[in-house]
Amino acid sequence: MHDKTLVELTDTLRTGDVSSRELTEAFLARIDRLDSRLNSFITVTAEQALAAADAVDAQRGHGDAGTLAGIPVALKDIICTRGIKTSCGSRMLDNFVSPYDATVVEKLTAAGAINLGKTNMDEFAMGSSNETSYYGPVKNPWDLGAVPGGSSGGSAAAVAAGLVPAALGTDTGGSIRQPAAFCGITGLKPTYGRVSRYGIIAYASSLDQAGPMARTAEDCALLLDTIAGHDLRDSTSVARSVPAYRAGLGESLSGLKIGLPREYFGDGLDPAVNAAIQEAVKTYESLGATVRDVSLPHTHLAIPAYYVIAPAEASSNLSRYDGVRFGHRCDNPRDLIDLYKRSRSEGFGEEVKRRILIGTHTLSEGFFDAYYKQAQKVRRLIRQDFLDVFEDVDVLMGPASPTPAFDLGAKKDPVSMYLQDIYTIAINLAGIPGITVPAGFTASRGGQRPIGLQILGPHFAESQLLNVAHQFQQTTDWHHRRPGIAEETA
Amino acid sequence: MQWETVIGLEVHVQLATRSKIFSGASTAFGAEPNSQACAVDLGLPGVLPVLNEAAVAMAVQFGLAIDADIPEVSIFDRKNYFYPDLPKGYQTSQMYSPIVGPGEVEIALDNGDTKRVRVHHAHLEEDAGKSLHEDFHGMTGIDLNRAGTPLMEIVSQPDMRSAKEAAAYLKAIHAIVTYLGISDGNMAEGSMRCDVNVSVRPKGQESFGTRAEIKNVNSFRFVERAIAFEVERQIECLEDGGEVEQETRLFDPELDETRSMRTKEEANDYRYFPCPDLLPVVLDQAYIDHQRQSLPELPAEKRARFQNELGLSAYDAGVLSSSRAMAEYFEAVKDVCGDAKQAANWVQGELSGRLNKEGLDIADSPVSARQLGELITRVIDDTINGKAAKEVFAALWEKEGDRADTIIDARGLRQVTDTSAIEDMIDQVIADNPAQVTQYQEADDAKRGKMIGYFVGQVMKASRGTANPQQVNALLKDKLDQA
Repeated sequence: MHDKTLVELTDTLRTGDVSSRELTEAFLARIDRLDSRLNSFITVTAEQALAAADAVDAQRGHGDAGTLAGIPVALKDIICTRGIKTSCGSRMLDNFVSPYDATVVEKLTAAGAINLGKTNMDEFAMGSSNETSYYGPVKNPWDLGAVPGGSSGGSAAAVAAGLVPAALGTDTGGSIRQPAAFCGITGLKPTYGRVSRYGIIAYASSLDQAGPMARTAEDCALLLDTIAGHDLRDSTSVARSVPAYRAGLGESLSGLKIGLPREYFGDGLDPAVNAAIQEAVKTYESLGATVRDVSLPHTHLAIPAYYVIAPAEASSNLSRYDGVRFGHRCDNPRDLIDLYKRSRSEGFGEEVKRRILIGTHTLSEGFFDAYYKQAQKVRRLIRQDFLDVFEDVDVLMGPASPTPAFDLGAKKDPVSMYLQDIYTIAINLAGIPGITVPAGFTASRGGQRPIGLQILGPHFAESQLLNVAHQFQQTTDWHHRRPGIAEETA
Repeated sequence: MQWETVIGLEVHVQLATRSKIFSGASTAFGAEPNSQACAVDLGLPGVLPVLNEAAVAMAVQFGLAIDADIPEVSIFDRKNYFYPDLPKGYQTSQMYSPIVGPGEVEIALDNGDTKRVRVHHAHLEEDAGKSLHEDFHGMTGIDLNRAGTPLMEIVSQPDMRSAKEAAAYLKAIHAIVTYLGISDGNMAEGSMRCDVNVSVRPKGQESFGTRAEIKNVNSFRFVERAIAFEVERQIECLEDGGEVEQETRLFDPELDETRSMRTKEEANDYRYFPCPDLLPVVLDQAYIDHQRQSLPELPAEKRARFQNELGLSAYDAGVLSSSRAMAEYFEAVKDVCGDAKQAANWVQGELSGRLNKEGLDIADSPVSARQLGELITRVIDDTINGKAAKEVFAALWEKEGDRADTIIDARGLRQVTDTSAIEDMIDQVIADNPAQVTQYQEADDAKRGKMIGYFVGQVMKASRGTANPQQVNALLKDKLDQA
C-alpha cells in the first residue's frame, strides 16, 4: 500500500478495497517501525488520525466524500494544528499547543485528509540540512549518513521512505525544493500569495510559502487543488481564481520553450548533477521542447540579498517568543530583562540566534539603508531578471542544488551551508513558483543519492510547471525509484 | 532674559471602530481582562493581521477635516521593541508613509482671535495592552484587551507658544474627532492621550532649544499644568547656566511635576521596517471623494456660522461649538424656541451649571433639548417669569413632568398679568405694612429706590412668584406715591 501514489490511493479508497482505517493503520505501523531510524516525525497523532479515518469511513457510505477523503498526510511542524503540539523544530515551542488550525489544515481537513502527524524540520525553518532541529537531525532514507536537506527535511524523508504518501512543507529559500531533490521526491513551491500563510509560523513573511511534497507531480497537483486560494485572513494571499491543477495535466510539450540560465551551471556545480540535468533537458527535447541559454544576471546577488531580508524579517517575527504568553520560559526569572534574556537564550538554537542577530543589526539605525534598503533594490533587480527572461521562454530549468545530499555534519561553516541554496533562493525573492522532480542518481559510499531537476515558471504558472513535470514523469521512472528502507515492510 | 516657549503635540486618538485595527476582536471598554483578545491580538505563532477598513475611513475623514493632503499610498511599518504588554514584540505603525499628510487646525485664542497650527502628519497604529502592577504580589499582570485597538497619532508642528495654546489645540482636535464621530474623545478612559514636546528659547532667537518630551498626558488641565511646570524647570535650568537635556519625562498629576523617564542615550532603536504581512494602502480619488461627502459641518465652520448668522458673541459661539453634542443640543433648543440668544444663555447658564454640578455630559442631560426649548418659549411669550422658569427647569430635571407646560400648570406658575389682580395684592401688602409705607413716604427718592424692593418682594410672595415683576414694580410705585 505504501508504494502507491496519492492518486492511486484515492482510487483504492473509492472502490472500497481498503478502508481509511486500514490505510491509516498501515502507514502508522510503518512510522512506528521505521521512523526511529529516520527521525522524520516530531509528533505522531495516531489516535486522532484513526478517529478521523473512522469518521471518513462512516461518511463514505453516504457519498459526498472530499477529494482527499481518507488519505493520510503529514504536516511540517511549522503549520499550526489545533490541539496538537506545533514546535517549529524549536525548544522555544516544545510546549506550544496551537489553539487553532492553519488555513491549509482547515482545507485539508475539509477535503477529508487524515493528518498522521507533524514532521521534523530545521528550527524555525532556518537551515538547509535539517540539522538545526531541536529534535535532532532527520536522516536521508537513501543513506542514513546523509542529510535529507532542509528545512522541510522531515516531510521529504517521510514521503521518500513511504511513511506517508504526501506531506506539506514550506519554502522560504528552497526548503521544499532542496529536500525534495535530496530525497528523490517531487516538491512544489507555489507563487508567493497562492497558498494562505495564515497559521504557518512565520520565518520571513515576504518569502514564506507552503506547498505540496509527494511522489509525483500529479500528486502535488491534487494537493495544490486543495490548499491553494485566496484567504481573507492573509492579506498577502492573492484574490485570483484557482485553476484545476490536476485536470490541467496532459498538455503536450510540443513547442515548449525552455531556458537554461547560464548562471545555474557555473563553478561549484557537481559534474554528476550537471550530467543528470543535461540528460533531463534532452528528454524534454525529445518531447518537443526547444532549449536555449538565457541569463539571470543578478543571480550572484541573491544569497547576499536573502541573508539581509530574511533575517531582518525573522528578527522581528521571532520577537513574540519572549517567555511571557507562550513557549519556553526560563525558571525563576529575577526580573523582566532576565526573563527575556534567559528564555530566549535557552529557547533558541544557534542558527536562529545567528539570524536574529544579523537581522537586528541590518535593521538598526545607521545600517538600515546600507543593508535592508539596498537588499530590497537587489530584490527588485532579481525579480526583473525573471520577468525579462520569461518574455522569451516558458520555463527555466536547472539543478535544485549544486550537489546531491551531503553527509550529516559535513557543513560546519554557516556560509558554506547558505551557499547550498544558490539555485533556489532567487525564486523566493522573485515570488515565482518552482518545482523539483527526481532526475537521476549519483553513486556515493556504495549507495545512491538522488538528483533533482528544478523547473521555474512565471508568477501563477503552477499549472504549466506541474504539467511540464508530469510529462517528464510519463517518460522517466526516476520518481518510482525507492530507497531500501521504503522496500521494508512494517 | 525674556523666554519664549515652543510646544508641539503628538495626540493619540482611539478610533471608534467596533473591532480592532488588525483583528475581529471587540474594542469595547471595561471588559474582563483578556476576554477581548483573540489569537491575532495575543500574537500567537502563525497569525496574520488584516487591516480594518473602518479605521482607514476614519483617518481619511480626519485628514479631510484638517484640509490635509491624503497620499495615494500609505504603508504600515513595524516598530520593534520588547515590552510584556506588546504581544508581538513590535507595534504595527506608520513611520515613513503615513495615511494623512500635512494639514492645519484652527484654534481659538482667549482674546477671540484664531490661530492656525500646522499638523505635520497623522498615522494609524495599534495600541498595546496594559500592565497591571497592583494585586499580583511582586509580579505584573497583563491585560491584552486594549492590544490592537486602533489609534490615530496626530503630530503637530512646533507651532504653539503657550500652555493655553496647547490646550486650545488639544480641544480643537477633540472637537474635530468627536464631530466626525471617529472617537468618543473620552480622556478619562484613555481615548485621547498626548505627548507634549516642550522647549524654551530666548525671545527673538530663531533656532529651537533642546526639547523634552512629556509622555501620556491625559487631560486638558494636565497639559497646561505639565507645560507650566516644564517651562519653569527649563528656564530655571538655563538661567542657572545649565543645559536642557533631550529626554523623555513623565507628568505626575499628584505632585504636579514632570520627572525624567529616560535620556536620549537610553532611547530605543526601534528598527522600523515595512510590515511584510500588510499590503500598502492605496486610496483612489473616488474613495477620498466619497469620504469627503460624508463629512459633517465641522467646529470651525459651526463657530463662524453661530457668530455670523445667529449673532452670538465669539465666546458663546466658541463654547457652543466646542463639541458636537453641545452644538447639536444648542441648535435643537434654538430650533424649538426660535431665539438663539436665549437658547445660548440657557444652555451655557442653567443647563451647563447643573450638568457640571452633577458631573454629567450634555449627551446624558436629564432635560432634553425639546423640553428646554419649550420652557424658553414660555419665558419669551411671558407665560412665566424668569424665577418660575428656573423652578420649571429644576422640575424637568427631576422628571416631575415631561413638558414645561404640564409643570407650569401643575404648580400654578402661570404669570399673573391681570392688572386688577395685581392691584388687589398690592393693596393688601400696603394695608399689612403701614409702618413701612410711612417710612417710604418720608424718604427721599434715592432711599425710595432701595426700599421699593421690599414691597415688590412681599407682592411676589403673595402671588407665589407668579406676578409679572415689571408690572408689580410699576403699579407699586404709583400706589405708594399716591397713598
